[in-house]
Amino acid sequence: MCLHRLPLANNGYDPAYRRNRLRSIAFLVGLGVLLIAAFLLSLGAGSYNTPVTDLVRGIFGRAADDKINLVVRNNRLPRICTAIIAGAGLGITGCVFQAILRNPLASASTLGVSQGASFGAAFAIIVLNLGAAGGLGGMAVPLCAFAGSMAVALVILGLSRFRRVSAEGIVLAGVAISSVFTGATTLMQYFADEIQLSTLVFWTFGSLENTSWGDVGKMAVVFLAATLYFLLHRWDFNALLSGEETAISLGINVKRLTMVNMLLCCFAAAVIVSYIGLINFIGLVAPHIVRLVVGNNHVYLLPGSAIAGAVLLLLGDLVARVVISPVILPIGAITSFLGGPLFLYLLFKGGKKAC
Amino acid sequence: MLTVERLSYHYKGGPAVLDQVSFSVEDGQFMAILGNNGVGKSTMLKCFNKILRPDAGRILMDGEDLLQLPGREIAKRMAFVAQTVPSTQMTVHDIVMLGRRPYMTWGFTEEDHKIVHEAMDQLSVSHLRGRFLSQLSGGERQKVMLARALAQQPKVLLLDEPTSSLDIQNQYQVLRIVRDICRNQHITAIVVIHDLNLALRFCDRFLLLRQGRVYRCGGREILDRQALQEVYHVDAQVVAVNGQTIVLVDE
Repeated sequence: MCLHRLPLANNGYDPAYRRNRLRSIAFLVGLGVLLIAAFLLSLGAGSYNTPVTDLVRGIFGRAADDKINLVVRNNRLPRICTAIIAGAGLGITGCVFQAILRNPLASASTLGVSQGASFGAAFAIIVLNLGAAGGLGGMAVPLCAFAGSMAVALVILGLSRFRRVSAEGIVLAGVAISSVFTGATTLMQYFADEIQLSTLVFWTFGSLENTSWGDVGKMAVVFLAATLYFLLHRWDFNALLSGEETAISLGINVKRLTMVNMLLCCFAAAVIVSYIGLINFIGLVAPHIVRLVVGNNHVYLLPGSAIAGAVLLLLGDLVARVVISPVILPIGAITSFLGGPLFLYLLFKGGKKAC
Repeated sequence: MLTVERLSYHYKGGPAVLDQVSFSVEDGQFMAILGNNGVGKSTMLKCFNKILRPDAGRILMDGEDLLQLPGREIAKRMAFVAQTVPSTQMTVHDIVMLGRRPYMTWGFTEEDHKIVHEAMDQLSVSHLRGRFLSQLSGGERQKVMLARALAQQPKVLLLDEPTSSLDIQNQYQVLRIVRDICRNQHITAIVVIHDLNLALRFCDRFLLLRQGRVYRCGGREILDRQALQEVYHVDAQVVAVNGQTIVLVDE
């Protein structure tokens, strides 16, 4: 954050420190380049074959062919922006979840926030029967999904605040909460008719294509506000790594830090999931990938997790779109399919190191 | 001078751990808090900087009650080194930089970096600054945590059993460093320690706790046969060997 202030001259006598820092910065820059590459690839992918230069002009509405302007601005760009913002949001919230709960396996999906959203969506589609008809102007499913996520968030916060469950215990509680909501969702599915069932299944597949510019804007505002708050507390997360007692002794109000960040993470994750459906593993895997290179310093880890999350979701979406084109595979399935093996690798090989 | 007045604490649903503890320690003194297991030594240390909230009492430093100050202000006056040293993938430099957290607004300044460099130099860990804490030995980690505490520029250092997981060489080295910091920089250090001989070797003031109360407080002379019998329930004698005072427990 204040790299320009670091006295580089003084670091000269310690090549290891210099190397470590440069590696972290280079990795972030590399991720940024990868994001741009994924952006351009994603912009070019589709049935409407166009040179990249025309597509880039199309972003600003200056392509010679008006059709290109329309395809880029109304179709591809909202999808790409959704992927970038949602991926970055899931990545950075996963990183903060892991920091405040001091557990490398914490994320929106492992804590049950995503399952809460799924329950909410099922409630809207099956019980309220608002899904297929696009009830409440198409907002019924996202709103109920959001309410479901926040219900889980409130249970987690309640456990943390009033029952004084430890940060480590919260993740175990998340497993139990997930189980309850998954069970409740299954029960609703059992009583649903075919149309309701297919609507719900398509929602749980996850999708990046149904978001409008307005939805992208709302997600962006939540993402930017949460990210700003997280970045301001980057050194507090670092202090937490030294233990709760040390963090308090450094003047940090650990309880408040945990509660506020937990609430913000749940809120941001709930907003994202309510718009795009269930996308697993991004929040879990993105921070771990970055951690393997930059270590646990949140000065690099937070922005790295956001960029890595964006890259993962954008590439996942690209795979979903091109692998058996013109059929678009469900993005939720792709991220789970690719994220699962990586998760297992981290769990059995890199897990201890990454803690 | 640090003055503790009638400090009391009890864990939720339990009896009083600390019962009206009062004592004082001069600037630059190295004080050992002694007593048997569970008597409240570490609890008392954690009450000083509000890691635990005391039921009653005052901690006075230069006339102001620390317990009335916000955590950040306490952290500028008092640094704490916990018993368990973390093993994390953060570089030594970044760990020591945490000591500047109480002074930080948006980011760290040149001054912060200068202070961090000085703290690392003082503890002779500058050459390790690019290494992850998880790659260091127990002794090196403890020195890094001390450097982090010094970077807070505190008036008082609180150390919770800093030598409990160290070999004999590192035990002596760490305590010698703390003693030199007290003497040279006029910083007060309060250490919870079990090894009486290490305490006698390096500390110049002693606080004996018994059943949550102050049993005795003073110089080396407070540690005698009667005190050891009544506090630790052991028969032991305090003898001088080669000019050093040591405790010898009878068979």
